[in-house]
Amino acid sequence: MNDTATAIRIDTRDAPEGADVATAPGAITIRDLNFHYGSTHALKHVNLTVPANAVTAIIGPSGCGKSTLLRTVNRIFELYPDQHASGEIIIDGRNVLDRSYPLADLRRLVGMVFQKPTPFPSSIRSNVAFALSYYERLSKSEMSDRVEDALRQAALWEEVKDKLNQSALSLSGGQQQRLCIARAIAVRPEILLLDEATSALDPISTARIEELIHELSQRFTIMIVTHNMQQAARVSRRTAFFHLGELIEFGKTSDIFTNPHEQRTKDYITGRYG
Amino acid sequence: MQQSREHTLKAFDEDLDRLRALISQMGGLAEHSIGEAMRCLVQQDVEGAARVLQDDKKLDVLEVETERRAVQLIALRAPMAEDLRDVVAALKISGVVERIGDYAKNIAKRVPMLENAGKIEPLSLLPEMARIATGMVHDVLDAFIERDAEAAFRVCQRDDAVDDFYDSIFRALLTHMMENPQNIGQATHLLFVAKNLERVGDHATNIAEMVYYAATGQHMADRPGKSPK
Repeated sequence: MNDTATAIRIDTRDAPEGADVATAPGAITIRDLNFHYGSTHALKHVNLTVPANAVTAIIGPSGCGKSTLLRTVNRIFELYPDQHASGEIIIDGRNVLDRSYPLADLRRLVGMVFQKPTPFPSSIRSNVAFALSYYERLSKSEMSDRVEDALRQAALWEEVKDKLNQSALSLSGGQQQRLCIARAIAVRPEILLLDEATSALDPISTARIEELIHELSQRFTIMIVTHNMQQAARVSRRTAFFHLGELIEFGKTSDIFTNPHEQRTKDYITGRYG
Repeated sequence: MQQSREHTLKAFDEDLDRLRALISQMGGLAEHSIGEAMRCLVQQDVEGAARVLQDDKKLDVLEVETERRAVQLIALRAPMAEDLRDVVAALKISGVVERIGDYAKNIAKRVPMLENAGKIEPLSLLPEMARIATGMVHDVLDAFIERDAEAAFRVCQRDDAVDDFYDSIFRALLTHMMENPQNIGQATHLLFVAKNLERVGDHATNIAEMVYYAATGQHMADRPGKSPK
């Protein structure tokens, strides 16, 4: 079988993945991660290596811990009392869960986009420039270049270049979401977290964001949480299935959707859950 | 490899069941046609043979219906994993079963050409060969309905018996042709019949491979243990 495949050179279209997946810049290594909301054990002993420069989808039924996982990677949970994480999340050789890891550095390293677009009630330009001016001292022309660059990467430049001073709230939902992506990537993070980033959008805006995710995956490590399994199948290279706070199965998306191994994964993706 | 339970969406199960029922129906028809064609051949029933030719049209209609339903199911239900493998298998199997029907038709077509020919000995071996080959078709389609990979694997192992029949019928017919050139016409027709039955066995083996993949997600060639061929 394998001999035949070699002889006729079947193109499997999988990018080669070396053994350095875990140590590449922007890769995320999660070790024995536990998370508690008060007395609720929301993530249980999660071990997962998220490869750099690729899209990893997190799927699972409501309450399985998938959003919690994203909230842990950028420590946004620390805003709330009674929530705590233990274990390690290693990015570029350092455990970002360590209290000594500066939060501002982490937020720069890890950008996040939410389900509902969250533009600031200010101009399009200042939405993108806001975090940039916090992290970097830039001249006016450098700032303009960086804003344009971020908007281009977010595939929004052509639509907004003549109205950068207009309110971001005047944009459509899909445009606002792309603006949030532009805002996140303006500070040149390594990792982008998308939590249900298209679930409030129409199919055409969704397709644009998906295309954008695909393009951005060449430069960023992307983790997406989605209820839409077709979306996970369309945009991700790897898929992790969570159930009741446990990582049940993690593998190549093409394998997970054609030949999953765990019964709970099979039930969920074939629509037999519950 | 039993599917664990019903889909949350019951209509999805109904669609899958209907697709399986179509494959079952096609298999039943193809099996019956081979049996009838062989009966007509042995009993020189020319009218019966004409009915077999007519019946083949039903298989063509069912194949088109299977394709239509499979495409519709993929579009509307977006099946995943074992469901997806099942639908793809149904689509492929329907094409193969239609081919098996064509072999029945080919056998039936030879019945009028053999009318009034004296019976020669290998003719008596052909119905038994046909029973084994159609038994394979029957069992492999049951394996598909039951998602039983091991049953599919066992069907493959029976193909050797069909091939052995073919070899011995081939040698017997050759002997008859050499002994008496007047037998050449009849013997050639019977050789084609034997070849058709041998192909039916091969097609059942192909279906078995499709069933194995649908049920397990692995190819039969990668099966742990020894390969059937």
